[in-house]
Amino acid sequence: MKTQRSLLRSILLGLAILLVLVIYAYGFQVTKVNFKETSSERRLTQLTRILRALAHPDIFEYEQEEVDVVVPIYLPCPDPVPDIPEPDTSGPYMVTDVSCAASKEFILLEGVNFQPGSRGPINFVAASGAKRQLENFVADENGYFQVSVQMPTRQPVAEAQYLRATARVPVGAPKFTDTAKVTWDKIIETVFLALLATTFGTLMAIPISFVAARNLMSDVKSSLTSIALTIIGWPLGIGLGILANLGIGEVNNLLTANLGLNLGGVIVGPVAAYALARWALPQVEVEEPGRGMRVTRIITLIVVIGLIILTFQMLAELALSVGQSLIKPLGSLGFLGNFISQLGDVGNMVIPAMVALGAGAAVGNTLSSFGQSISDRLSGSSVKIINIILAAIAGALLFIIVAVIINWFYQINDPVKIYWWPGGIGAVLGVLLALRATPKAALPIGTTIYFVTRTILNATRSVESLVMVIVFAVWVGIGPFAGALALALHTVAALAKLYSEQVESILPGPLEAIEATGANRLQLIAFAVIPQIIPPYISFTMYRWDINVRMSTIIGFAGGGGIGFLLQQNINLLDYRAASAQMIAIAIVVATMDFVSSTLRERFV
Amino acid sequence: MLEVRNLTKIYEGGVKALDNVSFKVEQGEFLACIGLSGSGKSTLLRCINRLIDPTEGQIIWNDEDITKASQDEMRRIRRKMGMVFQHFNLVSRSKVIINVLAGRLGYVNPAMSVINRFPKSDVEMALKQMDRVGIANQAYKRADELSGGQQQRVGIARAMMQEPEMILADEPVASLDPVLAHSIMQYLEQINKEDGVMVICSLHFLDLVHRYADRAIALNEGKLMFDGTPEEIDDDKFKEIYGKEAERVG
Repeated sequence: MKTQRSLLRSILLGLAILLVLVIYAYGFQVTKVNFKETSSERRLTQLTRILRALAHPDIFEYEQEEVDVVVPIYLPCPDPVPDIPEPDTSGPYMVTDVSCAASKEFILLEGVNFQPGSRGPINFVAASGAKRQLENFVADENGYFQVSVQMPTRQPVAEAQYLRATARVPVGAPKFTDTAKVTWDKIIETVFLALLATTFGTLMAIPISFVAARNLMSDVKSSLTSIALTIIGWPLGIGLGILANLGIGEVNNLLTANLGLNLGGVIVGPVAAYALARWALPQVEVEEPGRGMRVTRIITLIVVIGLIILTFQMLAELALSVGQSLIKPLGSLGFLGNFISQLGDVGNMVIPAMVALGAGAAVGNTLSSFGQSISDRLSGSSVKIINIILAAIAGALLFIIVAVIINWFYQINDPVKIYWWPGGIGAVLGVLLALRATPKAALPIGTTIYFVTRTILNATRSVESLVMVIVFAVWVGIGPFAGALALALHTVAALAKLYSEQVESILPGPLEAIEATGANRLQLIAFAVIPQIIPPYISFTMYRWDINVRMSTIIGFAGGGGIGFLLQQNINLLDYRAASAQMIAIAIVVATMDFVSSTLRERFV
Repeated sequence: MLEVRNLTKIYEGGVKALDNVSFKVEQGEFLACIGLSGSGKSTLLRCINRLIDPTEGQIIWNDEDITKASQDEMRRIRRKMGMVFQHFNLVSRSKVIINVLAGRLGYVNPAMSVINRFPKSDVEMALKQMDRVGIANQAYKRADELSGGQQQRVGIARAMMQEPEMILADEPVASLDPVLAHSIMQYLEQINKEDGVMVICSLHFLDLVHRYADRAIALNEGKLMFDGTPEEIDDDKFKEIYGKEAERVG
């Protein structure tokens, strides 16, 4: 029995080894492993050439003095063989061992009286004036060199042709080559590209990370009424937000027509908003305010929000006009003016989006708490009826929104397919959910949001920024901006995940304690979560900056600007000396970043 | 007055932490809750301020059913219930005064508190409460720089910032040495006697129960085993609560 088992084992082991061998054999086959190629002479000479070029990065150069020295040669030998005149031995001169040669014949060439250490090419200069490089020479300390050159294949010519040595001698101090200067410019571009991508990515990732943290989201539960009203409220709010932004934009256009008015508005706006907000949001609420007071407060708050939006719009316009007018007078610091006006542009782009999202959140939240109070107050059966109606509307809405997005990609453009079918299916699913769920039960909406966010993050993260940059390069043009956007998007996905894992690993004790004081969710995050996650957040941000610098050095390969763009160009042009200079620059930057970020991390954590 | 009626908590996975528990606590009473580890003491305390939602039963406080309160109502109810924890549960990287001020979160305007702005009166109150428990000079240290006894005093000051009508203390002295334990218990006693705050405190040591509590309840595997004065816990009762092999210590 025992021997049988051990026999079976041996057979299985043998089969396993065989299987592994087959797997590796197939691997060799598909990766086209070919070791013969590595030692073929042609490849080796190419390799040598490239490695030598890489070892001579194109960073420094000298001013060079050139001296041409020629010696006549007949190709092929005429009859009779003519004499070669004695060379002038006062300066540098060359002699050959023969005065004529046939094609492909080797001749010995000697140079005398050259400047010690001078070097350069030896060219064959044909009667037509065309030249061809045959060899390189280096003069020794006595100014002497000796090389054997092979004659090229040429049509027979009667008169003398020439071998020409161009002796080059460096003069003066070394200076940076043009390649070095361009490399420096691009390295700066690369570092800033990484900085911007990290900054914007981090800013976006922080709020997302809270939504993607399981321990924060699993407690978020809502009744179906509340959820359905939230789903209806968001698009409604976004629509209202867009309208509000347009309306406020009209006022903004009137006010910003004149620079003085614009300046005044930027100052008066926030002051008025602050004063009103202080009145409408008292520090401590001892008594529940009456209905009239509450309505007045809500109206005041809406005015405050309008004022804030107006202020931001005016600020953006102001930045745009001030920045533009600053570019000229600032001269070489004109980029500051450009920066200010770009900030204005960013504002003009971001404000409508923020207003729309903010309004969506506000209306969604209001309807959600309204739904919760309906669900709390009314009886079970009436809540069920309300749930059925609201869930049907919400389901239909949700499915139509998804269908419209799909339609945008695939251009189905059939109203029955993009409105009626999804709407109907959504409504039916909503009704089914409302029928099945207990009317007042709290559904785990937080966990659902958590999973959706996680899925989106994972999908985004799995697309490399090198691939993303292709889309951005089409959108904003090839260049560093496209690279920054691609890196920023990838940073958001990667950091949000890392951050959320940190949120998930915080101590639950303080969370519990702060919740027990009666704090709401926002306060809970501000007092119990944020103090606990600051050190890991700083650490991960540094780490990400490190990664982004490394990524930004190659994002140019796909059109993202920075040093990678230059490197790729030089590789394609077979200019390996320039490419070598850029590789060295990348190595220096990455090593420096590594050092800086690890030092900073140690200090903060 | 607090009345707990037929309270049952079954955790996901079927563990029955509380089994049909009913008792009453009068205003101004110091109630001790005893029982083995895992007998449901912590769950009971956390059900009272709804950190844990009970499965069944009612908790009536000042004629209001806490188990039916909505999220917004809970904020108003919780701010009148201070809680003190075994492991203090301070936010260790925050300053002591911020930890104490956190007790006001149920009262202040959320928007302002998020950017760490508290009304002047609250800051004064925080200093006063810290003075009361003898840690006023530590106000601007980080919470984790304090010793265990000091941290628990921060926890008490935080609970007192809520101007509570009830304090829930979950084994407040279990991670402290006997001397510190008495000093912390004396603060709770002081709050109970001077301010008339109801205290519900889970404890391990019977001598502490005898020394501080007006009344005691005992839990065993989620069931209420005893409800009476500490003096009534004789050796028979003790074995009933803690099991036959148990021996008294302290």
